[in-house]
Amino acid sequence: MIITMPVDGKTMNACINKSFGRTQTFLVYDTETHQNTFLANAAVNSQGGAGIQAAQFVVDQKTNAVLAPSIGKNAADVLTGAGVELYTTSDCSIQDNIAAFLDGKLEKLSEIHAGFHNHGGR
Amino acid sequence: MQDSTTTGVGNLRIAILSGKGGTGKTIVSVNLSAVCDDSVYIDCDVEEPNGHIFLKPVISEESEIKVLMPFCNDDLCTGCRACVDFCNFNALAYVNNKIMVFEDICHSCGGCKLVCPENAISEKEKIIGKIKIGTSDNVTVITGIMNTGEESGVPIIQGLLNREFPAGTNVFIDCPPGSSCSVMESIKEADYCVLVTEPTILGLHDFKMVHELVELFNKPHGVVLNKCTASYNPSKQYCIEHDIRILAEIPYDNELGKLNSDGKIIVRESKKYRETFTELLGAVTKEVQ
Ligand code: SF4
Ligand code: SF4
Repeated sequence: MIITMPVDGKTMNACINKSFGRTQTFLVYDTETHQNTFLANAAVNSQGGAGIQAAQFVVDQKTNAVLAPSIGKNAADVLTGAGVELYTTSDCSIQDNIAAFLDGKLEKLSEIHAGFHNHGGR
Repeated sequence: MQDSTTTGVGNLRIAILSGKGGTGKTIVSVNLSAVCDDSVYIDCDVEEPNGHIFLKPVISEESEIKVLMPFCNDDLCTGCRACVDFCNFNALAYVNNKIMVFEDICHSCGGCKLVCPENAISEKEKIIGKIKIGTSDNVTVITGIMNTGEESGVPIIQGLLNREFPAGTNVFIDCPPGSSCSVMESIKEADYCVLVTEPTILGLHDFKMVHELVELFNKPHGVVLNKCTASYNPSKQYCIEHDIRILAEIPYDNELGKLNSDGKIIVRESKKYRETFTELLGAVTKEVQ
């Protein structure tokens, strides 16, 4: 299966990034072939709706599961709409989180925040 | 203000702003409207309109504000994603062979409908709020109310301000607090901005932000220092240092506080404050001319 996570560098020693929509880089990891691919997130500079654009990108990589510290509501809607499962990362390390995920030790993601749209009413 | 000879004392659009809620912005707005002979009070604080609590208008007209939202006919959609790529706001996603529309982000520009090669997108109306018009003695009161859960009050504010006002009336625009898009929309056509601030460090911080905004929009402006006491006033200090016109200083006063918490229009109850606000109105109109 394919698991994708927001990361802050292009090596397996980088950290998980706190922001899903605004992360610079996504790591797309194939659990069968152990192949890892680092892809630039085009949504990083978008004016608004970054979470949606990033989620669309992640879905298009045929992702089955996303590991992230938290995810905005709209992005979560796109991901779950595509049948992607969401898991909460436990710490910063990419390798630890992949290992924990494979051991079934990561919790399903519950922290979904309302998002910060550039068009706030106030 | 394009032509000072026709503008005179009437036909002015005066926006009243403050960096945060609770500074007395609404009190200044409703009382300025009430001392002015022929006036229109417009409550653009559409998330929490409260001018009507004081003015208690008799409502004569009510209308809904609608925006157009795209929706997709899945049978016609081929999944080309032209619409997704087009949308500047990323309000569309193509997931599970279907278009998802994120209505809270959509700006109703209609572009996705135009670019769809299959004519799969149509539009439906969505009610986002309403406008109420009424009168309170000499004041026409126009209130915008946004439905809870909506993201942007801008379409409602446009509905409030894009209208003809009777010749000779002055229009007082009670802006939303802060310095967001809806504030910019509210002051866009204003001839003059009145900034209301209170004598605290936090008040000064928020005041600086709205001050930057009116400078950015190049609007002539002045300041009402509210809740003044004998002690040090950081907002006043800031105005003096930056050469910002002080229009009035309103004291921290129990009489005023009492009238206000009773939901009264101060200038209709107190002779003293009728004079204060008449002077303030005079100062503002003099500034604009
Ligand atoms: S109407 Fe405009 S903003 Fe709304 S989804 Fe279509 S393209 Fe995007
Ligand atoms: S442009 Fe039309 S056909 Fe193409 S994905 Fe959008 S709705 Fe479907």
